[in-house]
Amino acid sequence: MSVTIETPRAPRTVRRPRRFNVEKWGWIYMRASGVVLVVLIFGHLFVNLVAGQGVKAIDFAFVGGKLSQPFWQIWDTLLLWLALIHGANGMRTIVNDYASNRLLRVIFKGALIASAVVLLVLGTLVIYTFDPCPAGASPADLASFCPVK
Amino acid sequence: MPEKSAGALAAPKPEKKYPLPKISAPRVPRGTLYRGREGMWSWVLHRITGVAIFFFLLVHILDTSLVRVSPEAYNAVINTYKTPIMGLGETALVAAIGFHALNGLRIILIDFWSVGTKHQRLMFWIVIGLWIVLLIGFVPRQFMHIFGGA
Ligand code: HEM
Repeated sequence: MSVTIETPRAPRTVRRPRRFNVEKWGWIYMRASGVVLVVLIFGHLFVNLVAGQGVKAIDFAFVGGKLSQPFWQIWDTLLLWLALIHGANGMRTIVNDYASNRLLRVIFKGALIASAVVLLVLGTLVIYTFDPCPAGASPADLASFCPVK
Repeated sequence: MPEKSAGALAAPKPEKKYPLPKISAPRVPRGTLYRGREGMWSWVLHRITGVAIFFFLLVHILDTSLVRVSPEAYNAVINTYKTPIMGLGETALVAAIGFHALNGLRIILIDFWSVGTKHQRLMFWIVIGLWIVLLIGFVPRQFMHIFGGA
């Protein structure tokens, strides 16, 4: 019986490089989004919790005042997309670290992607279809710029 | 005959010609960049705060989406955020995100700054220092809002 042994110095079979490396771009994304999120989150916290009356001042009229300005619409859209994708991708790393069972991993990652997609669509729709002066609402609840009906 | 071979295996007595270096295991493991000290604990805290912020964000998008339902629905929910208990929770959340953000910048410096790994331990304590400064700025203000009339 003859046994074939690989030539000791045979070149290793080169894996064809993937064109898009998910782990690499995920890694880059965590850092790039992190830098931008520092600005977006501290701005968000300052305007909503520190300036003026803090959390006590937050109500429908306050949000109406902010989301009727394109500046805050863009700010909040960026915050929504960057933070949710950053968080979901971070959670993906953690699932990979701790969920040793293949089925569990599939379930957790499925839940992550489903919740991220649903909330991105919902949040974006809310920002751009929001009416700060809805008809039929009590004027006491609305921002001062709403026409009195 | 057995005592002969056992004797051969024993370590030869060192000649006391030169002073022998004293090597003893440190009482507390020194650790590496990853294990045991600032490197590990910063990672633990980064992970815990990241998860906490993620779950808060899920809820926060949902509660804010109530502005699309009605002013009453939004105000009813946001009013529960103005209670002292939620005010304390909010304080913890700001503390968590403050640490995650500052330590995130430290991670980025470790990865991209040529001497980042060398100074990672010092940078951890700088993160803690800046974090305390941040909280000294935020917490009294927050407590005025949630407990005081101001
Ligand atoms: C304030 C700005 C933020 C900065 C500078 C930042 C920075 C970072 C960095 C650099 C990482 C490490 C990624 C890696 O090791 O590959 C990370 C991980 C993570 N971040 Fe953030 N982040 C920020 C905000 C957030 C927010 C808002 C969330 C939640 C929605 C979040 C959730 C996470 C999670 C879950 C991880 C994974 C932790 C782990 O793998 O141990 N981060 N962040």
